[in-house]
Amino acid sequence: MTYSAIASYSVILAIILDLFVIRSAVTAQWRFYFAWAILLVFQLLTNGWLTGRGIVQYDESQITGVRLANAPVEDIAFGFSLIVITLSLWLRLRQKETGASEAEDRARSSA
Amino acid sequence: MGEWSYIAMLAFVVLASSWLEWVFDLRVYRNPRRLLTTVAIAAPPFLVWDAWAISQGHWFFDGSQMLGIIGPFNIPLEEYLFFIFIPIAAVLTWEGVNAFLALVKKWRSA
Repeated sequence: MTYSAIASYSVILAIILDLFVIRSAVTAQWRFYFAWAILLVFQLLTNGWLTGRGIVQYDESQITGVRLANAPVEDIAFGFSLIVITLSLWLRLRQKETGASEAEDRARSSA
Repeated sequence: MGEWSYIAMLAFVVLASSWLEWVFDLRVYRNPRRLLTTVAIAAPPFLVWDAWAISQGHWFFDGSQMLGIIGPFNIPLEEYLFFIFIPIAAVLTWEGVNAFLALVKKWRSA
């Protein structure tokens, strides 16, 4: 399987895990996309450094060849999956520790 | 100096995200158990992907711009650190966004 294919599948798998396995449903919240947009800007910056300087290089036969800020677009899918899984777990672990959902926490802190 | 090129990027990630902890009083660093548990579960599948991609030659590294410390599964030290500090930066950004939105809500209702 090419990097392009795996990166695409990873996005679908990450969303399924978030919604149905970890069940934080972070990807169902618009706030998540706000945070992701900020992270994406920094990803383009830092990944642009890694790829622009050739610190990380790619087998051209494994990618579509579409690049954004030097880096293959596939990296954006990779980053998205990593962020989804991380935040989904982070929210699930809060619920485990405090027994409260995020919405309950927010209601309490704004009360 | 060139061998610090990848580390420099990781240092930037830590600097660019860590201030959020104190400015927004986020309690991310101050909840190390939850933070490290998150990283400990999230990172391994991506390290498996990394190890496999490296073994298949999907991507490779310029050894002259890295410290040259290669860990298990032929993964360079910098890549291990990547899968620790990027998830932490993601959590700080998420919590920062939530704190910021809560502030905006407070200002508007005041």
